[in-house]
Amino acid sequence: MAIGKIESVKVSGRNNKHRVLLYALSTCAWCRLTKQFLKDNKIEYEYVDVDLCSEKDQNRVKRDILNRGGEISYPTLIIDNKILITGFRKDKIREALEI
Amino acid sequence: MINLERVRQRAESDAKTSGYYLNPDQGFLNNLLDGLKRNEERYGYPSCPCRLASGKFEFDRDIICPCDYRDPDVAEYGCCYCALYVRKDVFEGKTSIQPIPERRPREKQDRAYAVSTESLIPERTSERSDIEAKASSQIKMKMWYCKQCGYVCFREEPPYICPICKAKREMFAEITIHPEPHAFLT
Repeated sequence: MAIGKIESVKVSGRNNKHRVLLYALSTCAWCRLTKQFLKDNKIEYEYVDVDLCSEKDQNRVKRDILNRGGEISYPTLIIDNKILITGFRKDKIREALEI
Repeated sequence: MINLERVRQRAESDAKTSGYYLNPDQGFLNNLLDGLKRNEERYGYPSCPCRLASGKFEFDRDIICPCDYRDPDVAEYGCCYCALYVRKDVFEGKTSIQPIPERRPREKQDRAYAVSTESLIPERTSERSDIEAKASSQIKMKMWYCKQCGYVCFREEPPYICPICKAKREMFAEITIHPEPHAFLT
């Protein structure tokens, strides 16, 4: 599946109330916690492991994050195309996902 | 193949000499060590597992673990950016670990991304290496000394905290070399 043109991986879950996109790094422990948290809460989401992307996609991710007013820091979660959360901030994620 | 045990030992010994501790959450710690190992395998150096590396040593130098930002981050927040290194109170569970903001300056991140953006346009390797050379030439290495203990280093900027005496960055001065005066006498 693609977001714009960036290749992403879809993880299915019972809770698909929100559209959840995660920009992550495959080596990052915080990103791993975030993925696990979403999985434990049965949230449907898409993720991009930015370090495994092409350079072109890495730059698209960077532009996307900056255009949304975020910082270039991983994990970055984008919920319903409007809420951006930098870092594994459980409270903010819970609030945005209503869980 | 890089051995995970060696990565762990290196981190442990560095924590000890710097007066820090490794993250007490063993599962989290193992993920970080594994990330370091994978970065060392793919880039040739253990860059921070929680930051995107460019794969080019000169652009990633500041994020090779232990990164340039570790000391000020541990002092201010109790842990470094990826939370591999923590302060004693955090290790003992008196202070909780929270994600911390990125201290690495934007221009350093941009430099690494710029190499890859511009290199998308020309596919030819000669033009690509020109762009890389241009980006590398922006890196000006200088000599610095710590006015407190005399520690000398050769890098783009002085460290945030002197690794020897823990003096702050403001205690560093640039060493400039003047031409030898007797050259004019002969």
